[in-house]
Amino acid sequence: MTISTPAGLAAPKPRVPALSVEHIAVHFGGLVAISDLNFDVNEGEVLSLIGPNGAGKTTAFNIITGFLKPTKGTVRYRGTSLNGLKPHEITGLGLVRTFQRTSVFQTISVFQNVMTGLHRRGRSSLWDTLLALPQERQSEKELRDTAHEILKLVGVEHRAADIAGSLSYGDQRLLGVALALAANPTMLLLDEPVSGMNASETAAFMRVLTKLRGMGVTILLVEHDMPMVMGISDRIVVMNYGRLIADGPPAAIQGNPEVIQAYLGVGAKKRARD
Amino acid sequence: MRRLLPLLAVLAFASIPLWLKDPYLLNACVTTGIFIIAAMSLNLLLGYTGQLSLGHVAFFGIGAYVSALTSLGFDIELFGGIRVVHEPWPVWIGFVLAVIIAGICGYLVGKLSFRVRGAYFVIVTISFAEVVRLVALNWVELTQGPLALTSIPPFTLGLPGLGYLDLYGKAANFYLVLAIGVVCYVIISRLTRSRVGRAMVALKENESLAVSVGIDVTRYLILAAVTSAAIAGAAGSLYAHYLRIIDPDVFMFLYTVTMVIMVITGGKGTLAGPIVGGLIFGFIPVVARSFASPESQWILYGALMILIVFVLPQGIVPAIERWFGVVDENEGRAKLEPAK
Repeated sequence: MTISTPAGLAAPKPRVPALSVEHIAVHFGGLVAISDLNFDVNEGEVLSLIGPNGAGKTTAFNIITGFLKPTKGTVRYRGTSLNGLKPHEITGLGLVRTFQRTSVFQTISVFQNVMTGLHRRGRSSLWDTLLALPQERQSEKELRDTAHEILKLVGVEHRAADIAGSLSYGDQRLLGVALALAANPTMLLLDEPVSGMNASETAAFMRVLTKLRGMGVTILLVEHDMPMVMGISDRIVVMNYGRLIADGPPAAIQGNPEVIQAYLGVGAKKRARD
Repeated sequence: MRRLLPLLAVLAFASIPLWLKDPYLLNACVTTGIFIIAAMSLNLLLGYTGQLSLGHVAFFGIGAYVSALTSLGFDIELFGGIRVVHEPWPVWIGFVLAVIIAGICGYLVGKLSFRVRGAYFVIVTISFAEVVRLVALNWVELTQGPLALTSIPPFTLGLPGLGYLDLYGKAANFYLVLAIGVVCYVIISRLTRSRVGRAMVALKENESLAVSVGIDVTRYLILAAVTSAAIAGAAGSLYAHYLRIIDPDVFMFLYTVTMVIMVITGGKGTLAGPIVGGLIFGFIPVVARSFASPESQWILYGALMILIVFVLPQGIVPAIERWFGVVDENEGRAKLEPAK
C-alpha cells in the first residue's frame, strides 16, 4: 500500500509535541491495563494508536481525556499537565474526544445536537439569558450560524431537522464528529470512528478527516480498519499488553515483525521473516 | 402561533374570576394554580435534567413555613439558652425569604445528592423531605407542630402613601397566583430554550458525551436544583398565605406524587406539560365530586392516570405536538417514540 500525503501537507512539519503521554501506568486492582505508555503527538499530525483488542487503547483514551485517573505518569497538552483536571476542563483546553459506538444525543434534533456541542462557545451569561438581553440573542444567532457551518462541513446538513436517533449509523458517527468539532478542538481524539461502517460510509468519513487535517487539527486515532489507518496516518504507534511495541511511519509499521506477531501470532512472524 | 398560544392561555386564565363566581370552584382554581407552579418547578429537574426528585414537596413546605414564620414572628430558645425573637415582618419579605431559603436548601440537597444519580438520588430526596417533615412536626416551639401555624396574614398589595390592600379574596389571590405563575413560566422558558437548557438536556440524554463537549455537569445540575427549589418555595409561600394555616401535612408524600403525576401525564420536558397535566389532575376531584361517591373519585383519578400513561407514554403535550406536526427550530420535528 502507498502512503498518500494530502496536498498542502507535503512540506515537512516542525515536530512540536502537542500532546505528551509521559510514562502512564494504569492498574485496576491487581490487573495492569497499561504498564508503561510513553508517546508524543505532534502539532497538526495524524497519529494512529493501534493494537489488538484489550491492548489498552481505550483505557489510554480515557486517561488522556480525564475520564480515568492514571496510577502513575502524566499527560501534558501544550505544556499544561492534565493531572487532576476534570473531563470538561480538558475539553476546555481544546482536547476533544469521540466515543466508541454512536455518541450523539439520541432524542433531540441533529441541529440541536450541534447547538448543544457549541456550549463552550456561548458567550451569554445567566442574566443575559433570564432577561433576554441583546447579548443573548446575538450569541444564539452566532451559535446557530456556526452550527450550520459545522453540519455542512461533515455533510449531514440535509438532516438538520431530524431526530438524531433516526439517522443511519454512518450519519450518526459523522454527527458525533460534528459534536466534537462544535467543542472547538485543537486536537481530536477519535475512538474507532469507522468500526461497523460500510465501505461508502468509511470513504465519507475519510473525506471529513482529510478536511480536518487540512484545517490543522491534530488527530489521535484509535482504529482497527487497517486500510484506513495506513492511508491517513502520518505516524503509527502500536500497543500490546499495555505497553508500546512499535512507533513509526505506516510503511515501517507494516513490516515490523513484532507488530505482525502481536496481531497474528508467532507463526505468522516466522512466515513474514521467511 | 407558538408565541401566541401562551399569551392566549394567560388571557383565558385571567378571565376566569370574571365569569366564575362560585367560591368553591374559584378556590379549586387557586390551589390548582399553586400546584401547577410547583409542578413546573419539578419539571425543570425531572423533565430537563432527568433527575427524579421524590422529595420535592420539602422545598414547597420549607417555602410555606419560612414565609409564614417570617410574617408571624416567633420566639424560641436554642441550645445554651440563646433566645431568638423575631418580630413579624411584611408578607412580601416572607415571600422573598421563602424563595431564597428554599433555593439554598436546593443547593445543599443538590450538592449532596448529585454525587449519586438515579435511584440513589430519589432516595436522598425522599429522606430529605421526611427529615424536614419530622422537624416541622416536632420542633413545636417554632412550628406549633401538629397544632399548625394559624392566622397567617394574607398577601398585601400596595404602595407606601397610597394605602394597602389585603389580598383576602379568592379572586385577588387567583390573580396573584397567575402573576407569579407567569413569572415562573418565563424564567423556566428562558432557561430551557437557551444554552443552559441545552446543557441540562444533554445531561439527561448522555452524561459522558455532555462532559466530552465541555459541559460542566455539576454546575448545571445544581443550577437546575436551585432554580427548581426556589420556584417550589415561591409556590409554598403562596400556599401558606392563601390558606392562612399550615401544618406538617404540607410535607405529605402525596403532594410530591401529585406533582410527579402532573408532570408525567402532561409531558415532561415540555413547557406546557405541567400546566396541562396540572389542570387535568387538579380538577378531576372537583369535577368527579359532582357525580361520584368519594371512593369512586379516586378510582377514576387512578384509572385516568393509567390510561394516559398507557396511551400517551410521553405525555399529552408531546402527543398534541406530534398530531399537529409542530416544527420548532429549537426542538426539531415532533419527537420520536422513545427508543426501547
